[in-house]
Amino acid sequence: MSIDWFPLWLSLRVAVISTVLAAGIGLWLAWILANRSFRGKEVLDAGITLPLVLPPTVLGYYLLVLLGRNSPLGHLYESIFGQPLVFTWQAAVVAALFHSTPLLVKSARAAFESIDHSYEKAARSLGASELRLFWRVSLPLARRSILAATALAFARSLGDFGVTLMIAGNIPRRTQTMAIAIYDAVESDNGYLARILVLIISAIALVVLAIANRLTSNPFGPRQAAL
Amino acid sequence: MIQARIRKQFAAGRESAGFLLDLEFQAMRGFTVLFGPSGAGKTLTLDCIAGFAHPDEGRILLDDQILFDGAARVCVPPRARSCGYVFQNYALFPHMTLRENLEFAAKRVPRLERHRKIGEMLEKFHLAEVAGRRPYELSGGQKQRCSIARALIGAPRVLLLDEPTRGLDAPLRADLYSVLRQVREEFGIPILLVTHDFEECLELGDEMIVLRDGRAVQAGPPRRVMEQPANVEVARLLGVFNLLPAEIRALDPGRNSSRLRCQDFELTGPYYPGRLIGDHVWLCIRPDLLSAVPSNGRPGMNQIPASLVRTVEKPDRVRLEFASGIAVELERAVVEKYGSVKEWAIEFPQAGLRIL
Repeated sequence: MSIDWFPLWLSLRVAVISTVLAAGIGLWLAWILANRSFRGKEVLDAGITLPLVLPPTVLGYYLLVLLGRNSPLGHLYESIFGQPLVFTWQAAVVAALFHSTPLLVKSARAAFESIDHSYEKAARSLGASELRLFWRVSLPLARRSILAATALAFARSLGDFGVTLMIAGNIPRRTQTMAIAIYDAVESDNGYLARILVLIISAIALVVLAIANRLTSNPFGPRQAAL
Repeated sequence: MIQARIRKQFAAGRESAGFLLDLEFQAMRGFTVLFGPSGAGKTLTLDCIAGFAHPDEGRILLDDQILFDGAARVCVPPRARSCGYVFQNYALFPHMTLRENLEFAAKRVPRLERHRKIGEMLEKFHLAEVAGRRPYELSGGQKQRCSIARALIGAPRVLLLDEPTRGLDAPLRADLYSVLRQVREEFGIPILLVTHDFEECLELGDEMIVLRDGRAVQAGPPRRVMEQPANVEVARLLGVFNLLPAEIRALDPGRNSSRLRCQDFELTGPYYPGRLIGDHVWLCIRPDLLSAVPSNGRPGMNQIPASLVRTVEKPDRVRLEFASGIAVELERAVVEKYGSVKEWAIEFPQAGLRIL
């Protein structure tokens, strides 16, 4: 019996793209939350954390309203790319992004906040701009924790089910990701396929977790921690 | 030159007392030492100048640039203040080599000169051999020198040093002092140095400001502060004086003399203008200006008998500490001559009896 590998490739593609986007947006947000004080900072933090606690269907519903074909954002997207966003694989990327970014922001903020403030003060007193401080000092110093957070974000975006189903749907060979394919296989009594897919997802998640753990623990002592 | 008037209030919290920093000072080129106990506001003052803390009101002027002006709402960000800051923990970037640390700081040096300038600084601070190493591979003294070199490479207009000798042993301290003196000569900028070590103050300071509870209690050259502490509080902070409560019993301007009662004994001192008989004062005298001889049972003129509690060895002297809280420093040969005597008579020089 031949297995359709499309869901696996789609899931990996979605996860990679959304992790890159999440890292770009999430690290900057986390750095601002860790370093700046401004009005409404904690409100912003709560807003970013919200997707972590909302039921996926609720989040999916919001996104559907926000990005649907009748919404201004949906119109904008359609006029730029010539096709609607919802119920395409790109929508699955958006779903994964909302699913994984909060986790990344949370852990990256903690990583940035654990950097000794004197490094940031030193960089500023030496005339560094905020961007230079971010790239040359904060990011390298928090590198290990941030890579760990990114690995976790990748694993999480690989496994999204609810939000993806709501805004990307379940169109075989177009928007059907691994998590949804497993559900489908179980529903259609295809136990063999379900088992294979479950094992693959579990293996990937395990590997990613092992990497993340290695990055956060420090088997080589402070010497490596500093690098 | 730096001119600062800083006022910053911290409200009292549930677990912390309130704090008010209220300070006005000027610092010319050379060393100005901010001296005081922990919690006096020394580091906060540096942070206000560097731009890491914002005063509630006041004005900070560096040469002709306004760094901060509360009334005009001017507050220059730290990166534009050109203040070299040497942190207590050095704050060398751990992921960069020494050379890279200097390169990071040399951003404002013109590109063509940068390489030469970095080489020159590495040479000047004796770091050329270790330039390729990371901070964790260096000794405390090397890290210290590198952080000073890094602070200076962008040609700042003021250098701020936060307790630079903390954690360095005696030989490294001596090295650091000579490095800092060289910096004073070559860079010709004001150097503000925070310390709670009075010896360091004497060693380096051109001027000193004694801080206590966020206020300046005295300012002036360290030697003058030592010779004339403004009040008993300053004398206590310097930590080098015997401070004994005394009462004025007689004043004779004609013979330029006075009589003081101290620890139930009468001492003769000089005439104290502006004091009255019956005033309670503090007798303030350095241990090395006192002398002591073994007691013969009857204290003589200007002597107070005291029993020895312990002796402390100093590099060239011996410090005798007595039960009444008085300390006397004598030359070692003198102490050895007398052997292990328990009861002593402490002699107070008449002319040197200073009161506060």
